Amino acid sequence: MHNKETLPNLGLPEHERDLFCDARPRVSKPLASYIEKFLNWSRANSLWILAYGTGCGAIELRPLFTARFDISRYGMAPRPTPRQASLLMIGGYLSVKTLKRVIRSYEQMQNPKFVIGLGSCTVNGGMYWDSYNTINRLDHYLPVDVYITGCMPRPEAIIAGFEQLKKRIKDGRAEGANQYAEQFDWYKANQKKIITDWNMPDYNW
Amino acid sequence: MEQINELKARYSISDSRDQRPDLGFITVDPGRLAALLAELQQVRGYTHLSFITAVDYPETGTFQLTYMVHNFESAHSLGVRTVISRDTALMESVHHLWKQAKTYQRELKEMYGIDFPGSPGVDDPFILEGWQGPPPMRRDFDTRAYSEKTYFPRPGRKTSDPRRHMQSRLYPDYTPFEEET
Amino acid sequence: MIVKALYIVLSVALVTVWGLTLTGIVRKIVARVHGRIGPPVWQPFVDIIKNNAKRTGISHGVMFYLGPVFRIAGGMGTFLFIPVLFGSDMFSNFSFAGDVFLVMYFIFFGQLGMALGSGEGGHPYSAIAVARGLAQMSAFEVPFALSVISLAVQYDTFSVSSIVAAQQGSIFSWTMFTNPLATIAAIIAMLGMNMHSPFDVVIAPQEIPIGPPTEYQGSFLGMLHTNRGIFNGAKLILFMNLYFGGATTIPEMIVKTFCIYMISVFVGVSFPRFRTDQSIRFFLGIPTLIGVAAVILYWL
Repeated sequence: MHNKETLPNLGLPEHERDLFCDARPRVSKPLASYIEKFLNWSRANSLWILAYGTGCGAIELRPLFTARFDISRYGMAPRPTPRQASLLMIGGYLSVKTLKRVIRSYEQMQNPKFVIGLGSCTVNGGMYWDSYNTINRLDHYLPVDVYITGCMPRPEAIIAGFEQLKKRIKDGRAEGANQYAEQFDWYKANQKKIITDWNMPDYNW
Repeated sequence: MEQINELKARYSISDSRDQRPDLGFITVDPGRLAALLAELQQVRGYTHLSFITAVDYPETGTFQLTYMVHNFESAHSLGVRTVISRDTALMESVHHLWKQAKTYQRELKEMYGIDFPGSPGVDDPFILEGWQGPPPMRRDFDTRAYSEKTYFPRPGRKTSDPRRHMQSRLYPDYTPFEEET
Repeated sequence: MIVKALYIVLSVALVTVWGLTLTGIVRKIVARVHGRIGPPVWQPFVDIIKNNAKRTGISHGVMFYLGPVFRIAGGMGTFLFIPVLFGSDMFSNFSFAGDVFLVMYFIFFGQLGMALGSGEGGHPYSAIAVARGLAQMSAFEVPFALSVISLAVQYDTFSVSSIVAAQQGSIFSWTMFTNPLATIAAIIAMLGMNMHSPFDVVIAPQEIPIGPPTEYQGSFLGMLHTNRGIFNGAKLILFMNLYFGGATTIPEMIVKTFCIYMISVFVGVSFPRFRTDQSIRFFLGIPTLIGVAAVILYWL
């Protein structure tokens, strides 16, 4: 039976429950301050992006890699797999169906990980705020470090958002992964409230 | 179209009009629809089903279904319309004529709640995974109320009409003759 | 003994730093060619620190752990049997008769270990990339092996140090001038070995995510990146030793390896990617014939 330490994984069929991990995410304490400061510097200067182009925001990410805006000068690079990425960029509105995939991707990333919500849709639903199928506030489902408003934000605004995120990381305030682990039950309850056909493990390693 | 005139008597086509030289619409009883589409496909050369769509009319308690078929030889599109009751919301499936019809019918089942008995996989979820509310594209479904109830709306949201906003910014002294309601 | 161990540590440190800096420099150059500013030269070091600073990690089993270990063992093994500087005590590493075979074996050892490790990761893209990588590897092995055989016949030795020693004197005693056919075959094989375009279908960015290391994260990835520095440096130094007369000072080594690497980079930025079957056909075609010609020419 499940206790406080393990997750029930009730969404999975009975015979598959043994195949998946049922451990809860754990909080990883930061190291001593001066070491952590150095590590945070390296994290801020080597942000690898997992871009999740759910909406129009995906179009606005392309120019960032071109000669005109060139985010590689900040040490940022696109990374095609969540295992290696440290920054999840949500590019626009999220329907219930895409939110499920975003949660999977986010949970597969390794601590420390950061989330940037791109565009008004992630802030309050944007122009889809009264739609029956798009979420209104991303921060009820995932810990968001930086919101970049706009519909859609220009690449300059996105770069400003990156600067904001780097400042947060260097100050040691970007502890979204630990926050997710601490308030795991709250996040899960919110996620499960709208994702009614939860047919995956409660925590996707 | 003389082709249509030929069909008119046999299928009791109630309304027909040509919107453009290459686009026409006819309206037919739901019971005769499958037979008419079969003839259009197999005899009249309308071999391609472009789409099936529905419009909800809660005022009259009906759904209007449109089956758009296309004839590649004459490059003519024909919209075959039929009106069904909103309460029963039942329609004959045409997946035996066009295989892809089952996908449209699945979508209509999910979005409007129109059932097509016998259509393969018509009850499977199409876009909405695990949807439990009423069919969302019906016009009596209040999406705003549903969204506010479900998706944690962020307080403090303000909506401003772009026209009035720009007017007050650019021409602060301008007063329109009639204020719209 | 202890002194030798210290020397080895020094020389591994040298090749790691130089290998990583070289990748940084090349990234910068390519960015400038694109008209971008590009990442700083020290970016590879920051990436490695960041990857090792990940707080959590997941594993898929014992082999998954061993994959990066085998890879770095392959890189170190390749490097430890090549003299970095000819005639220097500090940077001459190990050498014995017939070490060129060991070096050639180590070049492929890491790939095989990685194939096992990423296979246990279970990601389908890893499996695709491993199949592609091993197929392409066996293809460019052929011209490279033929070229080394030709050198062995020419210099009558299987030791890298002796081959370097035989090339000393003037610039015209380099293999590049005494055995141009073998050099050409080997340089073409090196294009495949460095996995720049047109032979980068193994990693295939934008197509199958990142190739074999799709499931690797955190310090595993940091290890793989460190190995990239060591292995890159080792391969370049090997080619410098076999075909370009070796080096006697560190600046000479730096200039020569940089020039050799730029061959790969120039070809890489100029040509689009080959599919696996295309690159196998390519390697088994003209480069292999050139290699055969080089062997026959010295046999006669």
